[in-house]
Amino acid sequence: MAVAHETTTGIDAAPRQQSAFSRFWQQNGAGYMFLLPWLIGFFGLTLGPMVSSLYLSFTDFDLLTSPDWVGASNYVRMFTADPKFSTSMRVTMFFVIFSVPLKLAFALGVALLLNRGMKGLPLYRALFYLPSLLGASVAIAILWRQIFAGDGLVNKVLALFGIVGPSWISNPNYSLWTLIILSIWQFGSPMIIFLAGLRQIPQDMYEAASLDGASKWRQFWKITLPLLTPVVFFNAIIQTIEAFKSFTPAFIISGGTGNPINSTLFYTLYLYQEAFGFFRMGYASALAWVLLALVAFFTAFSFLTSKYWVHYDD
Amino acid sequence: MTDAPAKMTVVTGETPLWRKRLVSVLSHVALLAASILMLYPLLWMLSASFRPETEIFTSASIWPSEWSIDAYFRGWNGLRTSFSVFFKNSFIIAFLAVAGNVLACSLAAYAFARLEFKGRKFWFALMLMTLMLPYQVTLIPQYVLFRQLGWVDTILPLVVPKFLASDAFFIFLMVQFFRGIPKELDEAAMMDGAGAWRIYWKIILPLSTPVLATAAIFTFIWTWDDFFGPLIYLNRMADYTVMLGLRTFTDSTGTSDYGGLFAMSVLSLVPIFLFFLFFQRLLIEGIATTGMKR
Repeated sequence: MAVAHETTTGIDAAPRQQSAFSRFWQQNGAGYMFLLPWLIGFFGLTLGPMVSSLYLSFTDFDLLTSPDWVGASNYVRMFTADPKFSTSMRVTMFFVIFSVPLKLAFALGVALLLNRGMKGLPLYRALFYLPSLLGASVAIAILWRQIFAGDGLVNKVLALFGIVGPSWISNPNYSLWTLIILSIWQFGSPMIIFLAGLRQIPQDMYEAASLDGASKWRQFWKITLPLLTPVVFFNAIIQTIEAFKSFTPAFIISGGTGNPINSTLFYTLYLYQEAFGFFRMGYASALAWVLLALVAFFTAFSFLTSKYWVHYDD
Repeated sequence: MTDAPAKMTVVTGETPLWRKRLVSVLSHVALLAASILMLYPLLWMLSASFRPETEIFTSASIWPSEWSIDAYFRGWNGLRTSFSVFFKNSFIIAFLAVAGNVLACSLAAYAFARLEFKGRKFWFALMLMTLMLPYQVTLIPQYVLFRQLGWVDTILPLVVPKFLASDAFFIFLMVQFFRGIPKELDEAAMMDGAGAWRIYWKIILPLSTPVLATAAIFTFIWTWDDFFGPLIYLNRMADYTVMLGLRTFTDSTGTSDYGGLFAMSVLSLVPIFLFFLFFQRLLIEGIATTGMKR
């Protein structure tokens, strides 16, 4: 920019600098005025806290006394001497790996069925969407806890067929699956995104394929799925991040403990316990940065591999 | 699910009519069965809240043998503090959050979508990156900050960030929408001497009611449902939201009053259900556009 050397020329530098600033302001001021609330929020509530949580992750901090620098020992402890960390990581990974693909499969399956020009589409779409809208609520977690309890609704229904079901919630073999089912139950919002994506596939492609004698099955694999990959990609990213962040259902269903025997100890739940149960804020900050690294790695990996499987037509 | 046979039977263009009919009937049966299965838990909870206490655990049916609204009275006053306080708190927080989000996000979105300024692309990219950020990374320093400001045990930590456009998702949604408004309108207004503020207020906002309404409704629902924020920042029962009230109900009464617990759970879902009933088209379109490339 011309501003730089103008200001070094001498006595009249100050007023010129001002006029350069006011020129900048004239061209860009409105934009920054509108952006101001977001900028304050970005620096004060996002970037600033990120930097200080990175710092805190290398300290011992109990909220009352000032943080003590401990080097990397929080991270060392995490990976070498904390079985609860590895348990919570395993629980979360299991949850993500099973809930996301199953949820997306249901979402896509129902969307395909609805997209065949069915009568009553708006009604079905609304009914399937309702659980996604309500699902994040504490009320639904409470309901789930009852449904899968020993004397709950699921076992009542099974009893009609003469099956005696276990107490799904308090059995460590099944407790995590009740949370996975709760997540799949909310397939409505990715389903709506799939429906919108399906609608954008030009009909004449199918007509041409039919004339060439391609079966519906083949049309799905050769036309629908490839053209839908951007939407699959989008849904997969959003749902995976959501799954990593999931907290409320595990908290309510296990009463905040992550039990039975830590089988529902989500990573976020463990972090909450460390931070607000034991006030180990330094260690919890380190946990948060590992979570960020994990999410960032996953996102970067998806974007880097996307060019091999996501189909972009322009 | 049972949609497999429906998919397999369709072959080529010369499918006979009876087969098309069969496929259509089978699809409807499968979808109806699936929707009933999915909604059954909700209906069951609704009916459980109207049952006499003794019947809740003995029946899988969704029709109570006799109807009673006792559980609603028991639940409403089931804790030391009445649910009327919790509902009032939840409504206040949700309304302020809606006001903050609609105002602050639309300001930022207008700058990103419509104004030319240096660094716009840079800030926009940063804004998109915050969409992916897990909130845990900023959680603890934010807590320390709000604690130093003396904001713990007030609603400020739950509300003030909304006025600073902290929900990047809605900025993104609004940018998408604003970009679709013809630029000629701005240019014509500029010819008439209107500045950025006037264009924002008199042209962009009035033309954007669908996206503003979508943002408002989602903000309301998500704030209403929010459990983590209130859990951390609100410790006195008089400040509790409905979600915290429900959680306390499950802890304190244990298994003793399921009727009251279900009744309050049902009531906590009513505001969300009303939005669903009256604005579902808006919500569904809002969800659909987020996934679409523009």
